[in-house]
Amino acid sequence: MGDILTVAFWIGVLASGIRLATPYLYAAIGETLGQRSGVLNLGVEGQMLMGAFMAFYVTLHTGNLWLAMLAAAAIGAVMGLAMAYVSIDLQAEQGISGIGFYLFGLGMSTLLFQMLVGTVETVSGFPPIHIPVLSDIPVVGEIFFQQNILVYIAFALVPIAQFILMKTTLGLKIRAAGENPAAADSLGVSVRAVRYITVTLGGILSGVAGASMSIGTLNVFQQNMTSGLGFIAVALVYFGGWRPVGVLLGALLFSMVSALQLRLQLIPDWPIPSDLMVMTPYIVTIVALVLTMQRVRSPSALTKPFERRA
Amino acid sequence: MKRFNVSQLMDALLPVFATLAALAVGAVMLLLLGANPITAYAALIEGAFGSGNSLAETAAKAVPLLLVGLGICISFRANVINIGGEGQMIIGAIFGTVIGLAMSGAPGWLVIPLALLAGFAGGALWGAIPGALKAYFNVNEILSTVMMNAIAVQIMNYLLRGPLIDPAQADLASKIPQTAALDAAFRLPRLVPTRLHLGALLAVILAFLVYILLWRTTLGYRIRAVGQNPDASRYGGIRVRRTIVIALLLSGAFAGLAGVIQVYGLNYRMITDGSATGFTGSAGFNGIVAALFGQLHPIGTIPASFFFGALLVGANKLQRVMQVPSSFITALNGLVVVFVVGSDIWRRRRQRRRQIQATQTALDEPTLTAESEV
Repeated sequence: MGDILTVAFWIGVLASGIRLATPYLYAAIGETLGQRSGVLNLGVEGQMLMGAFMAFYVTLHTGNLWLAMLAAAAIGAVMGLAMAYVSIDLQAEQGISGIGFYLFGLGMSTLLFQMLVGTVETVSGFPPIHIPVLSDIPVVGEIFFQQNILVYIAFALVPIAQFILMKTTLGLKIRAAGENPAAADSLGVSVRAVRYITVTLGGILSGVAGASMSIGTLNVFQQNMTSGLGFIAVALVYFGGWRPVGVLLGALLFSMVSALQLRLQLIPDWPIPSDLMVMTPYIVTIVALVLTMQRVRSPSALTKPFERRA
Repeated sequence: MKRFNVSQLMDALLPVFATLAALAVGAVMLLLLGANPITAYAALIEGAFGSGNSLAETAAKAVPLLLVGLGICISFRANVINIGGEGQMIIGAIFGTVIGLAMSGAPGWLVIPLALLAGFAGGALWGAIPGALKAYFNVNEILSTVMMNAIAVQIMNYLLRGPLIDPAQADLASKIPQTAALDAAFRLPRLVPTRLHLGALLAVILAFLVYILLWRTTLGYRIRAVGQNPDASRYGGIRVRRTIVIALLLSGAFAGLAGVIQVYGLNYRMITDGSATGFTGSAGFNGIVAALFGQLHPIGTIPASFFFGALLVGANKLQRVMQVPSSFITALNGLVVVFVVGSDIWRRRRQRRRQIQATQTALDEPTLTAESEV
């Protein structure tokens, strides 16, 4: 029990917390863009699983990690486009079509794995990069600057997304499409085009999120390896109040709690059964949603299809 | 009584066409995977309907889909998206199993109804929590129900590895996470000498009860009113928040019943492989698919559940004969959902056209009745 009090324990928790936040960041940042434009993509989990499989498969056969990333992004883009078509042009109920895409991704990634790979295999994914000078700083270096490249990119994405959303014309169009599509339309913004862009981009980022697991941190592919992570990413968007920085805080909270419970389980004689420890991040998410949903407001046109009036 | 016309027939057949389209895409997938789609679908049909036994197997598989689907009809009518069927099934099963284990030795006529009620209550609890979170704390139910699923799985794993573990397993090194077997007297009676049990009959009866609930009671009216227009409902004096909680509570209760019936009708004990699917067979999700396919109508959900039960049973045959993993069916179900909800736009368009026509007819022949009823 005394293990908890050591510096090494907490460095371990924080470093793996940073690593675990990575897939959440990719998926939730992409989902933020989509939701700000008015589309709820609930198929994130399916897109992640497909991305995870594609990246794993390409790495297994070519060893080319960047080609693998491209494959993951491509399959995410295809699924994102399909989701965009169904929710924007066919105006389908987004909560349900998203579940359809989730089931498709879950089944398809398992199917492909079973038919094309079959056995459990590991690949060598992105190695940790020790950033010169910074990684040598005691404690901080170990926590932040000895991660793999996908981790760094994920964190870099937060300010980029924040900038795009709040400071660029595209960001303005995205927000207008999500808040008042009729007004945006009357000002000459193509709500349809904006939503297509954000939902496809969200698909790409979800594919990358899956890849960040299968060739970044875990370096294997398993059936349903995301196990609800994509849904949590969607929850983080709500928790973060539809702002990239808020999403970052949510992702860190969730991944730190996950990392902590994983480390605590390793302690000999830890009194709480591991099954109960595993549920803590989910409980934390629900409590966090209860606390935040009181003061944040969702984009007005979220889940509402937009049809131009003639 | 509404007049029957071609347009309405098209509405009813739309999901069938959508499903055929999804099956066509599935056929392309099979081709790409090197399997002959005609042989594959033939194996699937053979597996699902080929013999009396496989028909009974299909019906048994349809039971949890129908029960979960009935709950989905209720919640979706209130515009509450319940994705928590998996967790609600698990908690219902746990509640019912605890009753059966605690009352071992008691007569079956007493324990079975009590266990079913406990399962109903367990699922209701697991549905009411996200219901209350949505109604009173503005927490999106899609997200909270997904979280509740994850929590339920861990509760199951904990109980089956710990307090509820089969005493026979507790002393073994292998420690299979399962409860003790229920008394043979507690098993749901078989309808025919197959695995088809009383739960099937119960589910069909409940489908008619849910129909009555939704269209013949005040509560049902409120649920549908809240789903169609919460603001108008509020002005009309309906307590919207309470109705939302009740809708999710009932939705969860039916899923809970599905869970306990899986235990008392088929498995006679709870066992976990660590995942939700290991216990539910994804019925919590597939029930949504069935309900949508039945156009969120309890009676329509009966044949829809049978259809998806057939897909699931046929998938086993597909796996044996063609070596196509059953995950193909999961992917296919996903496609069916996407195609069915995607094709709904044509129904809505026709509906709008009918309304416009009706309005024009009404304008042509003005009457006072419409005014005086307000």
